[in-house]
Amino acid sequence: MLPFFTEYFGNPMSVHSFGRDSKKYLEAARGTIAECLGAEPREILFTASGTEADNWAIRGVAKAYAKKGKHIITSQIEHHAVLHTAEIMEKEGYEVTYLPVDSEGFVDPEELKKAIRDDTILVSIMHANNEIGTIQPIAELGQVCKDKGVLFHVDAVQSAGVLPINLAELPVDLLSISAHKFYGPKGAAALFVRKGTRIDSIISGGGQERGLRGGTHNHVAVIGMAKALELAVSEMEENNARIKRLRDLLIDGLIERIPEIKLNGPRGDKRLPGNVNISIKYIEGESMLLHLDMLGIAASSGSACTSGSLDPSHVLLAIGLSHEIAHGSLRLSLGRENTEADINRVLEVLPPIVKNLRAMSPLYEG
Amino acid sequence: MEYTDKVMDHFMHPRNVGEIENADGVGEMGNAKCGDIMKLYISVEDGIIVDAKFKTFGCGAAIATSSMITEMIIGKSIEEAGNISNKAVAEALGGLPPVKMHCSLLAADALRRAIYDYKKKNGLPVDDCDDCDTCCHDHHDIEEAF
Repeated sequence: MLPFFTEYFGNPMSVHSFGRDSKKYLEAARGTIAECLGAEPREILFTASGTEADNWAIRGVAKAYAKKGKHIITSQIEHHAVLHTAEIMEKEGYEVTYLPVDSEGFVDPEELKKAIRDDTILVSIMHANNEIGTIQPIAELGQVCKDKGVLFHVDAVQSAGVLPINLAELPVDLLSISAHKFYGPKGAAALFVRKGTRIDSIISGGGQERGLRGGTHNHVAVIGMAKALELAVSEMEENNARIKRLRDLLIDGLIERIPEIKLNGPRGDKRLPGNVNISIKYIEGESMLLHLDMLGIAASSGSACTSGSLDPSHVLLAIGLSHEIAHGSLRLSLGRENTEADINRVLEVLPPIVKNLRAMSPLYEG
Repeated sequence: MEYTDKVMDHFMHPRNVGEIENADGVGEMGNAKCGDIMKLYISVEDGIIVDAKFKTFGCGAAIATSSMITEMIIGKSIEEAGNISNKAVAEALGGLPPVKMHCSLLAADALRRAIYDYKKKNGLPVDDCDDCDTCCHDHHDIEEAF
């Protein structure tokens, strides 16, 4: 990315030679990203975040197809980029169905089939869940949409660069990705819009992205995104095999060492390689996070206390956890830099933290 | 959101954790559904709180305020302790992030309940409002006022 700060810094939309140089690299990045996803370059549109891509897919399609109908289907465990957008669409006169999920977080294609109506214009389901790692059967869900003639958007922010995505074969019409989830820079993302899909613009301005998305390109970040995706795809198989092994060591080790805990989300190949999410009874998530943080281990929690809201994670509640259990959840994400020594360290330090906090808990009768 | 050093100290090294058998007063506040619950035990001699212990299920701020309030009340008379406000607890900790102010209410209310319990057990006059039955949602509502 460095040469694009100093040497090729021109605005890709400018006609002068500096701009033309930047434009050339910007378009090459578009080509790389398209190739990684099995798409055509013109089907890749750049945005500034995965959240913007999700917003655009939902609002843009809803506006473009409002004459056909005003019904949208999504799931209860989507990222807030989709859920909060759907809630706003409801206020704007659209009707939204939030499909339930089973205890492992899966959407049932049969449920989707039943939910689709004549006035349904869009189905938006995430590829992989950010909290509990569940990988949805998007090919199957997409086929249901295709058979019914309804557009299908996939929030693939968690899965791009991690799971194989071949849009040449997948029945998916729109798909969101974000660079920072595959080790690219923050502030670069893209929305795939299949040729022939109508979408209104939600950011008006200049003629960028064929007039569909105004705003000067952050070509430096976009070029970084393309390189990062290329690397992630080429190393995917090798990284996943290694990370999955570490993930399972961590899950098994925690279950073995800490009584009364529960894994959230599925096991095996239907779970994101780097995702571990456990609920630990009788204690609260943030207190675990703080202890881990003091030891240099960064984790997150579904507890309300970490979000500043009243309720614990909507994902954990949707898979049927009680509020009490959801407050005591802990998410540990693994990446390509993690080693077995890291896993052993967590397995060594977490059990005493849990023991300590449980001894302090009025709910624990141990 | 960031905790002060004092909060982290009380969280990492909480004072007076535990239970008091045959405590003179016990106060329980919050509920697990909301993510925080505190149980406070006090021993009282001649109207003075001579010991206090707590058990808390909750976040860092909930544990730190629980610990702090036990330190603040030991050695105080029931009347003095009864006047400790949640703000005083938060101030003693060098402040709390705004979204965590309700945790100080948890501790202050648990204390009020423990005192109420003590007074009732000893046939002392109690005010009705001492037994305020607030749940976490009320806590969060009150937090808005800060």
